[in-house]
Amino acid sequence: MTEASTQERSPALRTEVKLSEETLLTDEFLRQLISVGEIDILVGLPTHNNAKTVGPVVSAIQNGILRWFPRERAAILNADAGSRDGTPEVVVSASIDDVQRRDFNRAALRTLHSISHQYGNSMAPGTALRTIMAAAELLRARACAVISPESTTLQPENLQALLRPVYRDDFDLVLPTYARHKFDGLLITNLLYPMTRAVYGLRIREPYASDFAFSDRLGSQFLAQTPWNDDGVRAGCEVRFAMAAIAGGFRISQAFLGTKPHVERHAPDLVPALRQTIGALFASMEPNFALWSAKTGSQPIPTNGAEQQFTLEPLRVNRKRLHEGFRTGVAELESVFQSILSPNTLVELQQVARLEEEDFHYPADLWVKTVYEFAAAHHKAVISRDHIIQALASLFRGRAFTFLVENRNSSASEVENHVENLCLEFERLKPYLLEIWDGGK
Amino acid sequence: MREMIVSELTQAAQELVRGFARFLPRLIVLVIIAFVGWVIAYLLKLVVRSILRLIKFDRLSENAGASQLLAKAALPSSSELVSRLVFWVAWLGFILLGVSALGILGLQEQIAHFFLFLPRLFVALFIMFFGLLAASFFSRAALLAAVNSNLPSPRLLSIAIRAIIIVFALSMVLEVLGIAEETMLVAFGIAFGAIMLGLAIAFGTGGKELAQRFLERRFAPRHEDKENEDELSPL
Repeated sequence: MTEASTQERSPALRTEVKLSEETLLTDEFLRQLISVGEIDILVGLPTHNNAKTVGPVVSAIQNGILRWFPRERAAILNADAGSRDGTPEVVVSASIDDVQRRDFNRAALRTLHSISHQYGNSMAPGTALRTIMAAAELLRARACAVISPESTTLQPENLQALLRPVYRDDFDLVLPTYARHKFDGLLITNLLYPMTRAVYGLRIREPYASDFAFSDRLGSQFLAQTPWNDDGVRAGCEVRFAMAAIAGGFRISQAFLGTKPHVERHAPDLVPALRQTIGALFASMEPNFALWSAKTGSQPIPTNGAEQQFTLEPLRVNRKRLHEGFRTGVAELESVFQSILSPNTLVELQQVARLEEEDFHYPADLWVKTVYEFAAAHHKAVISRDHIIQALASLFRGRAFTFLVENRNSSASEVENHVENLCLEFERLKPYLLEIWDGGK
Repeated sequence: MREMIVSELTQAAQELVRGFARFLPRLIVLVIIAFVGWVIAYLLKLVVRSILRLIKFDRLSENAGASQLLAKAALPSSSELVSRLVFWVAWLGFILLGVSALGILGLQEQIAHFFLFLPRLFVALFIMFFGLLAASFFSRAALLAAVNSNLPSPRLLSIAIRAIIIVFALSMVLEVLGIAEETMLVAFGIAFGAIMLGLAIAFGTGGKELAQRFLERRFAPRHEDKENEDELSPL
């Protein structure tokens, strides 16, 4: 840090030298933040080669701020991972004048700043979130929203739905709910949502959120208490953030954001997805045992709009591959499962694996027991924790296969019933989790 | 004549008694050292056992696959085995210390060799343990990656990786112990080279189609998938 740049800082920012010294906030970035000054609302946009989709998202954000927060001091911060397709330029050059001319017949009351900062050369969601949180803290923003650059269906109203509860109603975290295809996000409907609900007693539909808003209180606490140098923490930071809000007793609500966009890119691989979600959930259970072990059942949380909607258009899904993945996994990973699962559960899984495709059924209770035994094994670190998460992938394929078959011809309400029944099974078997948490398999 | 015999016998008996009298204190010293050594070795065994239990050594050993080997050989658990080893090595060390106090020529040099050998023995055990641990970790990582990537023969791949790491660790152990160093080095070089050459030839000729299928699946199927099926996002 140069002496000149330190002297240039405003008095409000001068007290925050600690963060800048950690090289998270470079001098150039600090200069940009200083030129913005204190604000009320910050919208963070973590990007990496999103030039194709980010334009409409920025436009929706600008529109939302002009329409719903015209008197507030606001800024858009693009935390970029070294895009090579001109993403930062698209964000910074998006003119608010176009939005004003098109949608409003009046000039904006305040300047809406758009700044971009390159935090690295490869995608790192944890570092992007940390950058946005640090900037929000420095700018003393009361409310901060993080919007995915792939949220192409984002409407200006969505920004209001996310930010208003934080800015006006004193909530600390607003998570999204979406309209999804009934077979989209199977990891969330079959594992992350039911298990989070059973463990922490709160019906949070999307614990792994790409669009969300948070208060300055929650942001500052998470920023200060998170060991950011831990790779595992950075990998699953979205889930960890939600779990930190639950554990800290912060006020949480949900907002319906419409259809979850299906971006034309390949779905994330299952193992990294498991690491980011289930790995983070399992890790959060360790320090919060006293909190979650005392909870029974689950409570709904305030939700603006629908809790969940399922769309039903036909999809061509290769179920055979899922079935084969499960069978191969159970056969080949027996030695690994012996370290993780109880003998009874392993025998039952082997019986399920022997079933032909047309008769195949991975029952909900067995799935829940399997997951709970994985959670306990993760807690006890019976083998490498990352290996435990990887071993879950093939078993999840079996459960996904059963879900696809069960809901092949189901209506939206029937799908919701199936998900609800699975959640209740997770809640019913929670004593089993407590029993094996520190006990034997 | 008779007197001479008696005199010689008396002298011999006196020599024997004097020798025994000179030897007896050393023998008592040996017994005392052995006894004190036993007590110290026993205490050491208890301490080592407690430390190993504290650091969950048995679990580490289970992860390394050493526990399974011990169970098959009807041996006690790893922590018990290590603490017993420490006990015997320590007690043997004390006994040899006592024996050296007897002042028997030639024996002292061998005892010195034994004490010089001890550090190498511990280094060898250390290398073997961590070799087993690494073999277990990397073979399991390969097994999981192969299963999740739907590669053919994942278990074979995993066993091959385990075998290579164990052979490598074993060759290091024998080198540290100084057992047939050159032979081991040459044997390892030949064996490792042969495996690699064999794999290269097998993959290049016999596995030509397999390699083609693998590369196709790795880089080409996405277009096929797009045409024939929808991709489900887990998140």
